[in-house]
Amino acid sequence: MTKGTGVRLERLTKRFGRVVAVRELSLEVAPGELVAFLGPSGCGKTTTLLMIAGIYRPTAGHVYFGDRRVDPLHPRDRDVGMVFQSYALYPHLNLFENIAFPLRLKRVPADQVRRRVRETAELLGIGGILERRPAQVSGGQQQRAALARALVKEPQVLLLDEPLSNLDAQIRLSARAEIRRLQRELGVTAILVTHDQAEALAMADRVAVFSMGELQQYAPPDELYHRPKNTFVAGFVGSPPMNLIEGEFTGDGFRAGGLRLALPKAPTGRGWLGVRPEHLGLGPEGLPARVLVVEPLGREAIVIVELSGHRLQVLVPEDEKPAPDAEVRIAFPTGALHYFDAKGRRIGPE
Amino acid sequence: MRRYLTPLLFLSPASALILLFFFTPVVATLLLSFTDLSTTTFRHPSWVGLANYQDLLTDPFLKKILANTAKYVGLTLAFNVGMGLLLALLTSLVPENWGDPFRALWLLPRILPPVVYVFIWQGLLAEAPMGLVSDLLGVSKNWLVEAPWTAVILANGFVGASFGMLIFTSAIRAIPRELFYAAAVDGATTGQTIRRVVIPMLAWPILFVTAYQTLSLLTSFEYILLLTDGGPGFYGTEVWSLHAYHLALSNYFGNVEFGLGAAMAAVLVVIGVIVSLFYLKIFNFRALVTEPKIEV
Ligand SMILES: Nc1ncnc2c1ncn2[C@@H]1O[C@H](COP(=O)(O)OP(=O)(O)O)[C@@H](O)[C@H]1O
Ligand SMILES: [Mg+2]
Repeated sequence: MTKGTGVRLERLTKRFGRVVAVRELSLEVAPGELVAFLGPSGCGKTTTLLMIAGIYRPTAGHVYFGDRRVDPLHPRDRDVGMVFQSYALYPHLNLFENIAFPLRLKRVPADQVRRRVRETAELLGIGGILERRPAQVSGGQQQRAALARALVKEPQVLLLDEPLSNLDAQIRLSARAEIRRLQRELGVTAILVTHDQAEALAMADRVAVFSMGELQQYAPPDELYHRPKNTFVAGFVGSPPMNLIEGEFTGDGFRAGGLRLALPKAPTGRGWLGVRPEHLGLGPEGLPARVLVVEPLGREAIVIVELSGHRLQVLVPEDEKPAPDAEVRIAFPTGALHYFDAKGRRIGPE
Repeated sequence: MRRYLTPLLFLSPASALILLFFFTPVVATLLLSFTDLSTTTFRHPSWVGLANYQDLLTDPFLKKILANTAKYVGLTLAFNVGMGLLLALLTSLVPENWGDPFRALWLLPRILPPVVYVFIWQGLLAEAPMGLVSDLLGVSKNWLVEAPWTAVILANGFVGASFGMLIFTSAIRAIPRELFYAAAVDGATTGQTIRRVVIPMLAWPILFVTAYQTLSLLTSFEYILLLTDGGPGFYGTEVWSLHAYHLALSNYFGNVEFGLGAAMAAVLVVIGVIVSLFYLKIFNFRALVTEPKIEV
């Protein structure tokens, strides 16, 4: 059951005075899809969301819901539900009236309001606390109430601005799964803003990575992980982040200071070699390196090593972690390397 | 015992001030109101019990003055709170570089010396060719005599509205921006956002401004004194506090009746307390009170 509409952004730009918050953004969200906008703080995610909701008017460009151009429309004529980072619940109203608010504005008959608010609240597991005011419930319950308020009017498009970032780590994980489940069940098209790459990868069908107001890459999670389009995406997606070494490709290898690697079919010219910490091997084979720091993470450990003047992070199973200062050998996986040119654009391997 | 000691300690500076500057005068006023102290009896006042209060009750103008007071306080209050709210809302909805100068304009009457301010009103309301109002209406009259209440209420209101405006503006600014966004996404028009979100969130400042202004209007009479001196005619705009002033400090017969004036003031205090309790009740004061942010 898909009742959401597709969303299309066409060369969307927003300036605040001299600051360009969003620049020439074009992307499409399919009906019923969940897309994450991912990027560091201040990169224009919220601004984009507010333009889709109709709170901000774009400086240039258009927003389409299906075939309908909505950018001249007031938010109330767009049929969107939105969850704000601060939840933005009305403090003077109890949860019931908060959730009922959009329906009351539409003059839905009282008995229907009661039924729909109850249903939505039950769906989110807050049916028992509807008499309380926002200040009298926990952060997790506020977040659910905000989600219920966004969903109760059965919107075409659901916009979520960092809905999980104010929750405890424990609740955050279950809330992730819950939002995903609800979104699938209801078939609503959803856009989730987050600065947490793990959250984006775990929840979204596709992820749009932003940096400084510009779209860097728009792809499904595994493509972001396996084929990052540039060094920004490579460094932002994945935890711990990809190791990036600046040096020179020589056609049959890569050179960076004292580091020399033989790489068949390597490009030529200056650039960056990328390798994920989880793909580097620590063992009897490889280039000699010295352990600087070991950070245990529980099941795994991050080992920071120095290799010919470069610092690299290596992810190893907990029981294989070396001692600090130990001399180790690092094996580069020929199948899991990434080549970027001097401007940071991906140039291989194919 | 220790449980109460710290809160008491924290409250003691304010309590001392209230005792000294509020409670003592109230007691002194009450005591005075049971005497016949006046210019003629100044050195040897005597206790007269409730005689002053009896005088008040039998005053043939009592009804008129009470009605005038209710009219003055009620209408000016409505103007002050309503206009203050309207100004705060309007100037908050436009960009700041428009709203700020406009608000500053409304502060002008407040920073003018009352005597100068009242002179301006008297000038405006005078007969042609002096009076601007006569000029504009094309009817030359002394509007201060024609419409004394309008003049009294507007002259007070133009000063009073800026108080509410300032309080409400800062309260509106304290409402998180996202709440306005949420209301828009939920489908509210600007009007609905104001009615259903902004005004309910201003309950506490509205209570404060209403209560504060009621009390100050009950006791303030300087603009009426300067503008009409309680006229025109016999007690046309004479209100309770002005009457107390006339009796106690500016008696026509040269005999200043402190005792009677004190009795009138005491009545005013009682009215003030009753009105305050009434406000606290209708605004459901308990629901507005929050827990202390730090415990002592
Ligand atoms: N209302 C505004 N006025 C001026 N600048 C703004 C406004 N909103 C956002 N910005 C600027 O636009 C940029 C993007 O902000 P935002 O979209 O909130 O980023 P994000 O949500 O990705 O953290 C930032 O540089 C921010 O300072
Ligand atoms: Mg943001």
